[in-house]
Amino acid sequence: MNAIARSVPDPGRWALGAFSTVALLFLIAPILVVIPLSFNAEPYFTFTPGMLTLEPEAYSLRWYEQVLFSDEWQRAALNSLVIGLSATVLATTLGTLAAVGLSNPAMPWRRPITALLISPMIVPIIISAAGMFFFYSSVNLTQTYTGLILSHAALGAPFVVITVTAAMAGFNRELLQAAASLGAGPLRGFFKVQLPLISPGVISGALFAFAASLDEVVVVLFMGGIEQRTIPRQMWSGIREEISPAILAAATFLIVIAVLLLLVIEFLQTRSENRAGKPAKS
Amino acid sequence: MSTDTAQRAHRRTRVNTLLLTAPLLAFIAVTFVAPIISMMTRGVYDPTVHDIMPETVAALRTWDRQGLPPEEVYAAAARELTIAREERTIGQLATRLNRQAAGLRSVITRTGRGLSRGADPPWSESLPAIHEGWAEREVWDTLLLTGDRLTGDYYLNALDLQRTVDGDIQRQPESRRVYVDLFIRTIGVSLTVTLLCLAIGYPLAGFIAHAPPRRGRLLLTLVLLPFWTSLLVRTTSWIVLLQQQGVVNDLLVWLGLVPDAERLTLVYNMTGTLVAMTHVLLPFMVLPLYSVMRGIPIVQMQAAASLGATWPRAFARVYLPQSMPGIGAGCLLVFILAIGYYITPALVGGQSGQLISNLIAYHIQTSLNWGLGAALGTILFIAVLLLFVVYDRVLGLDRMKLGA
Repeated sequence: MNAIARSVPDPGRWALGAFSTVALLFLIAPILVVIPLSFNAEPYFTFTPGMLTLEPEAYSLRWYEQVLFSDEWQRAALNSLVIGLSATVLATTLGTLAAVGLSNPAMPWRRPITALLISPMIVPIIISAAGMFFFYSSVNLTQTYTGLILSHAALGAPFVVITVTAAMAGFNRELLQAAASLGAGPLRGFFKVQLPLISPGVISGALFAFAASLDEVVVVLFMGGIEQRTIPRQMWSGIREEISPAILAAATFLIVIAVLLLLVIEFLQTRSENRAGKPAKS
Repeated sequence: MSTDTAQRAHRRTRVNTLLLTAPLLAFIAVTFVAPIISMMTRGVYDPTVHDIMPETVAALRTWDRQGLPPEEVYAAAARELTIAREERTIGQLATRLNRQAAGLRSVITRTGRGLSRGADPPWSESLPAIHEGWAEREVWDTLLLTGDRLTGDYYLNALDLQRTVDGDIQRQPESRRVYVDLFIRTIGVSLTVTLLCLAIGYPLAGFIAHAPPRRGRLLLTLVLLPFWTSLLVRTTSWIVLLQQQGVVNDLLVWLGLVPDAERLTLVYNMTGTLVAMTHVLLPFMVLPLYSVMRGIPIVQMQAAASLGATWPRAFARVYLPQSMPGIGAGCLLVFILAIGYYITPALVGGQSGQLISNLIAYHIQTSLNWGLGAALGTILFIAVLLLFVVYDRVLGLDRMKLGA
């Protein structure tokens, strides 16, 4: 029984449900429609008559073959992976340390520092990319992996700071005192007690940072050379130049990755709500 | 004694916490803050003319600005243009001067070519012989105007203004007024998208917030799925759906709503930009609304109804006021994200759907007018910053969360 609906007269309840269904369709359908179209046997972006009558010949895997076996796409996947993983490791390490510091009640200037640390997430990407282009070209880091990894790490770090700070809010500081009283040094206390308990926050932050890098195209567009083409960069030129259903096959892969990431995050968030060593409610 | 130790311990913890944040602070300072500052300075710093023609500019400064400059200025210009041509910097100089006064490109490049073929003093006669432009004031005035390393020209240009030789600021000629209109268009599009998101997102968020917990969780996951899907995938989807031979037009033709010969142009224009941006930004409206609405006790609506309030009245007096923080957060967030939007308009906007960020990219990648790109970027940056200050004052940045 829908609670808001109970207070709404019957036709209103029906209308709200219908409206919400249409709104959800508007959100989801455009993403899902890509999947069947990626199996199109023809180089079109719409359903052929054969597809609608479910004739097997109207479907094919040719676009998947094109994506999986082309040098360009393989290279792009490798680049995305290398840049994404390196940036994630960097962002997660620095971000977790910073969040642990920020969560300490003794932390001075917390608000301005937090604002500064999450600013890369807030500033429009076109501005960050423009600035990075100017700055990195003055130190000869454009068209290098290093330049892209550093910029993606900067863009990903705020996600880690936010998720780990949230996980730390549920962390019971008395556990660290307990560990210390049992003779554990600060480092040992951190690695053996604190880190395992806040790990869901750390992992979600890392996933957010990785997803951000995997989806980032503007910085790559401004700073990357032909060598550093990533999957989104490859899709970008696909959409702009020679639009072919191969893009839809690549898109389907990305949708599958998105669903997997979403499920893992949901799982982690439920889990961190249930643990994190909260003080027992009595 | 003991308070002293306590104080010392406290100071040590403060230092420790700062040390923990220091690595990321340093990292962000170098990889992010320095780039932003370098963009801001690029908009006010242009040493091109000063570096390529230092003596000419210095000589021009002593000129009384009556009639044409004396022979020594012509001589310095001829000498430095010859050097610039040899060092291949003459193109930069021509581009810089041409931005200030259209037509000067050919004066500079033709003179460079003419000088390389050989020319003799007196230069106040041989330069005008190569290009008649040297017999006019414009080129000298422009050299004087652009001779400083620091310049406000790019920011003026970004606001459709320009500086005259006498130092007055006036509007650009009508054919060159582009950016103010574009800023206005960007704000208009962002407002439209914000309102569309609110119109769709408000009922949807309410429906999810007050659904039974299990179903609510599932529906929320459906809202989060597009949030997690690559932006390029979502943009591709809209191209696929909205193009003339696409799914939406096919459906409309099949339903008989649109004749086959008159398929609608739904993409590569403003319509495409609005639809795709609303789709991309809708989750950012639904999530803050949802988290606020979940805390509104729905029994209050029933109480209002039992006291005789009609449903619209109960909604306006009881529910709406309590959901205002969610409306504020959602609208501000969507507006801020929309105003700096780049990818979607670039791919589905066509000519008419371009926003200010697309012009920034154009000046950086295509026209190579980096100073103007930087000035436009800085203006946009300041606008976004101000909006976030409002957001922080009203809602608190530190309460920003990810996901639900």
